[in-house]
Amino acid sequence: MSASPIGYQSWGRYPASRPARAWRMRWRDERLPACREAMLPYGNGRSYGDSCLNDAGVLLDTRGLDRFIHFDRTQGVIRCEAGVLLADILDLVVPTGWFLPVTPGTRFVTVGGAIANDVHGKNHHRAGSFGRHVRAFELLRSDGSRYLCTPEQNVDWFGATIGGLGLTGVIVWAEIELVPIPGPLISVESVRMPSLDAFFRLSAASDRDYEYTVAWIDCLARGRALGRGLFMRGNHVRGAPGAVRHRRLQPAVPVTPPFSLVNDWTLKPLNALYYHRQRRERRQRIDHYEPFFYPLDGVRQWNRLYGPRGFLQYQCVVPHRNGPDTLVRLLERIAEARTGSLLSVLKVFGDRPSPGWLSFPRPGITLALDFPNRGSRTLELLARLDELVLEADGAVYPAKDARMGAALFRHAFPRWRCLRRYADPAFSSDLWRRLGGGCA
Amino acid sequence: MRKVVVIGATSAIAEATARLFAADGDALFLVGRNAAHLEQMADDLRTRGAARVDTFVMDANDLAAHETMLARAEDALGELDTVLIAYGTLPDQTACQRDVDLALAAWQTNAASPMALLTRLANRLESRGRGTLAVISSVAGDRGRKTNYVYGSAKAALTTFLEGLRHRLHGSGVHVLTIKPGLVDTPMTESFEKGLLWSTPERVARDIHRAIGRQREELYTPGFWRIVMLAVRNMPRWLFKRTNF
Repeated sequence: MSASPIGYQSWGRYPASRPARAWRMRWRDERLPACREAMLPYGNGRSYGDSCLNDAGVLLDTRGLDRFIHFDRTQGVIRCEAGVLLADILDLVVPTGWFLPVTPGTRFVTVGGAIANDVHGKNHHRAGSFGRHVRAFELLRSDGSRYLCTPEQNVDWFGATIGGLGLTGVIVWAEIELVPIPGPLISVESVRMPSLDAFFRLSAASDRDYEYTVAWIDCLARGRALGRGLFMRGNHVRGAPGAVRHRRLQPAVPVTPPFSLVNDWTLKPLNALYYHRQRRERRQRIDHYEPFFYPLDGVRQWNRLYGPRGFLQYQCVVPHRNGPDTLVRLLERIAEARTGSLLSVLKVFGDRPSPGWLSFPRPGITLALDFPNRGSRTLELLARLDELVLEADGAVYPAKDARMGAALFRHAFPRWRCLRRYADPAFSSDLWRRLGGGCA
Repeated sequence: MRKVVVIGATSAIAEATARLFAADGDALFLVGRNAAHLEQMADDLRTRGAARVDTFVMDANDLAAHETMLARAEDALGELDTVLIAYGTLPDQTACQRDVDLALAAWQTNAASPMALLTRLANRLESRGRGTLAVISSVAGDRGRKTNYVYGSAKAALTTFLEGLRHRLHGSGVHVLTIKPGLVDTPMTESFEKGLLWSTPERVARDIHRAIGRQREELYTPGFWRIVMLAVRNMPRWLFKRTNF
């Protein structure tokens, strides 16, 4: 059914874009609307940039496709509609001893979105990306055809759609393989890293014994302190759920402040505070999985902190051979620009390949940060980061992008031409038009 | 464990409410017009924890089918204890002003049909001496307005019918709940521009689920509509006539 087009933004609230209308999907057997404008599936709006936007087009709102279809409690397999949130799956499966095989930093993404962006998490070095754990899904095309896609059946559609940015059609439902866990608790150790060298040492030492590893860094530290931060590593552990106090209190940022609260005055002290809060070299604790995986989900609508102009997230990956050098140069450029984010994240990706043609994760080191939108100043800095990434043969994550150039995209995702062949002729997005993929 | 019959089960508010019953481990009997949609819902509710889910395809305006449906529900559940009536249509007021048949059809679906169903249900529950009849009416029934008085008057009739039924069943052990949602963002109201007064089916469902558990008799949901409608009902007519909502 046709609905009001108001309120469909991306998580970074940049760029401004407004669909002509939204079409709410509610049942699996529904057909797509017949319309002249280009269509694009829209889940829970957690993509940061413009991959989920479709200016003057039709957004196919999939949140109404939020039913479970079957949960096999003995084999750990869940089949559900594409608009189900990862949060809903966790609520259902964690009490029975199962967990998502891969989870991104927010649990408020839809299953369809997780596949279309082939998301990754703190266990990439072990489990690879989300797409590796998808057993099957149904793809609905604008001409009414439906494809059952699995690693064995309609393999090309399977590969095109995983990481396919919603362009190959609408994912109607999907079946995901879960992993067994002893309970909802995680044993976490956080280790101080005085410099970038420490990050590489800790990663090499931890990736074998720890399921989850990630590092937070102070992106404003320079010189010898460049890359200082905290290295976090964790494993699922047995223990009574009541052993850890966990309240689902969810404060929200109630309104958008008139200017960004993340700015020159707040960034440096907050980053320094975060680093110095931990005085000991190592700190161990048992945590509930929610604050461990989803620290930002604790504050609803935190994206409003960046004010009315929004923010730009930047996530890149650089291969190991150029990794350390490129990272130093990236961090230097960011620190010089005296801008950056409260949460800058470093992680070593593993070498498990994804079935997705345009999957972002690949062996190397990934860096993610967000920048308050200060217009051309921010865009110029990010363009300068792109140069380093391109030179190092790296990639920028389309799900978080709102501005990378076509040259970098085509170099980093050489199979974009294959995606263009499989993209639904009636589908497009702001990102796809920007990168010259299609002008439907 | 409750045994819940949901009539108009595929409506957004009914589906959200059914999920809360499923999470409680209740048994559900879903009634609606579309067999495929009922099956999609049933799989979901089973996964969410419902003790059992059965479905029945019926158009609520086919009054002759009501008796068969109730017999099947009793077969499936053993007995009836909670019934949620959740169907309705929101007709286009200006179209109703031009077309009498359209206005009467809206009355049939929103008033006559649930009254017929409630009459049969009340007799069954009364003879057993317990049960809950929860019926979705509307704040629109609290006062006739130019923008939707065909819908509003049908809901007013339904509200008054429920008031009388509650009076009749007082002391019988059967509990009657009148549910008056305000503006809810559902397929029924899809074409409306949404503002601050709008609520979600999930929010309304939580209120309904709680009101059934607490045996409340009248529910405005969300709660602020009680105040809003108090003001609307008590607005002097000379002023009300000049308003434009």
